[in-house]
Amino acid sequence: MSRFADRGKLLLTYAILVLLTFISLYPALWIVLSSLKEGNSLYSDTLIPHEMTLAHYRDLFETTMYPRWFLNTLKVAVCSTVLGTFLLLISAYAISRYRFVGRKATLKAFLVLQMFPGFMAMIAIFVMLNAIGLLDSHGALILVYSSGSIIANMFVAKGFFDTIPRSLEDAARIDGASHMKVFLAVIVPLSTPMLTYASLMIFNGAFVDFIFADLILRTEEKRTLAVGLYKMVSQRNSTEFTLFASGAVLVAVPVTLLFLFLQRYLVEGLTAGATKG
Amino acid sequence: MRKPAAAAILSALLCGLGQWSNRQWIKGFVFAALGAAGLYALIFGLADELKGLITLGTQPTGFVKVGKLTKMVEGDHSIFMMIRGLVALVAALLFVFFYVLNIRDAYLVAKAVEAGGAARSFKQSLSSMGQRNFAYLVLLPAFVSISFLTVLPLVFSILIAFTNYADPILPPAKLVDWVGLDNFSKMLRLRQWSHTFGGVLLWTVVWAVIATATTYVGGILVAVLIHQPRVRFKKFWRTALIIPFAIPNMVSLLVMRNMFNNQFGPINDYLRRMGLGGLPWLTDPFWAKATVLMVNMWIGIPISMILAFGVLTTIPKDLYEAADADGAGAYHRLRYITMPMVLFSTAPILIMQFAGNINNFNVIYLLTNGEPVNIHYQFAGHTDLLVTWLYKLALNQSQFSFASVIGIFIFLIVGSLSIWSYTRTRSYREEDMIQ
Repeated sequence: MSRFADRGKLLLTYAILVLLTFISLYPALWIVLSSLKEGNSLYSDTLIPHEMTLAHYRDLFETTMYPRWFLNTLKVAVCSTVLGTFLLLISAYAISRYRFVGRKATLKAFLVLQMFPGFMAMIAIFVMLNAIGLLDSHGALILVYSSGSIIANMFVAKGFFDTIPRSLEDAARIDGASHMKVFLAVIVPLSTPMLTYASLMIFNGAFVDFIFADLILRTEEKRTLAVGLYKMVSQRNSTEFTLFASGAVLVAVPVTLLFLFLQRYLVEGLTAGATKG
Repeated sequence: MRKPAAAAILSALLCGLGQWSNRQWIKGFVFAALGAAGLYALIFGLADELKGLITLGTQPTGFVKVGKLTKMVEGDHSIFMMIRGLVALVAALLFVFFYVLNIRDAYLVAKAVEAGGAARSFKQSLSSMGQRNFAYLVLLPAFVSISFLTVLPLVFSILIAFTNYADPILPPAKLVDWVGLDNFSKMLRLRQWSHTFGGVLLWTVVWAVIATATTYVGGILVAVLIHQPRVRFKKFWRTALIIPFAIPNMVSLLVMRNMFNNQFGPINDYLRRMGLGGLPWLTDPFWAKATVLMVNMWIGIPISMILAFGVLTTIPKDLYEAADADGAGAYHRLRYITMPMVLFSTAPILIMQFAGNINNFNVIYLLTNGEPVNIHYQFAGHTDLLVTWLYKLALNQSQFSFASVIGIFIFLIVGSLSIWSYTRTRSYREEDMIQ
């Protein structure tokens, strides 16, 4: 192969990569610039606005309940993450390590439960919560998210525990540690990648869910960010686009940063899920 | 009669009696109390609720003549009755489970005593329970929450498929009834339903195949492109191309919906400035389908890319060197070395991604909401998947029974796929071999 053709190929590769990067970043770029644009219309004759303004961000805090929604979301997401991760890790650990009666059946049950479309159960949950008066409460939402996360992440977590050698626990057990002690003192410290992956997934799920949250939270004060944002689009889309843009940027920034910072764990978790089933 | 059998029979007659005969006084007392409470609830409370599950109510809301006056009487609410009946059923099953455990416990303890051991004191029993049944104990919270928040609602939804709970038969005004397989046969035979079902199902499958294939192959190609030895700044390209995955897709999809707006969106704006007419991205049936597939590539390729990177680093270099020596070009290296290796390691996730795409609610719902509307369809649009159709049927049209029928169909499709792929993974077949 001639060197000239080689150079040409490399150049082509870079050209494709630059194009792909542009496509990947364009929507983010566009929405950030739109949020800084003056006026409130969707249409803009240039990508970079003539005049930059932070007015829409100010409006968001002054005319909508954005700060309130943000706190609600944080509360729901953090509580679901803590509760969900703990329940997930300890149940996955129990299933991975102990050979109890009904273990295979439990595994199969998890597999089957994973396969129903999530919100097929939604209406029943709605009716049930309605009956016991837990509608419009963050507690109910937290319970739904954490219990759902056990099902969604069970196999990744179990696959992870399967790879931790048993000799470590045996050593601790010979020293007289109880099961719970072994789990907390030996297993949990070894599970940082899994812990990070699971918490990130649960946090993200709770942060961006707008379907369940919309159904369960009935009043504007209780809303989460995702519901607020979704309502903003479906109700004011055409008239107050720039306000939506600033809202979208504020919702996306925390989650995007989390994902980018924790990239390594994410890759590990995803690959574990892929190859270990 | 031998002691263990006697203890078992005593416990069967009355919870806790067998434990007493084993001289486990406190345990026996606790069991007796639980048994009595359970029995009381079963007879005086649960029986009615269970009956309600079967009848789904007998008293419709309406005007009833009371003496000389006609009075509005609130009737039975079939749906509440169904859920309460289900909860009662779970409670009754739990009681039966406890009852069996109580007999088993009496038998086993008596046997242990017969063999020469001593029956444990209540305190010892409690502490040994924590150790011996650790797995059950820590699974209990997950078990309870999943039973009530997932299993019970799912069973309810499945049962709904066998009732006539659909607009206009909505409680509390009307009573819901069991109708057997009526809804299924309507869905498949009645023209207005079967036409929509067939069309939506076809598009769902087409969508899932194309969406999975494009993101999968696209991801591998991008990974291969970056992985070339001569390409520099690998980390930069990787991070830049992961960004679509990092942005919450709920936000990016809503943003895309505006970007592809026919009149004011920037994409048509650019096209018009370049002298090309704008395209009806989201309003024309064909283009709407093409758009959702393209946007899905934007969202899905980064994930496949991440997965492919993991595999690419494990492919031995000498394979490529050998291929080079044989004079294989870039295409052949990709076709005969890279692709098979990557495919082999990621095949299970390919099937899971396919299943995930069948249920890909967000992309369709947020981008097009199933539109453009198809006038020949029953409450569905051109880009509706089964899962978004289900959502619309239940939440916008109150056609709950038909929504449940679709849910069951989705379950059957996704379920058979997942079980098929799962039983083929190493972790299932060789589970206890590593340890």
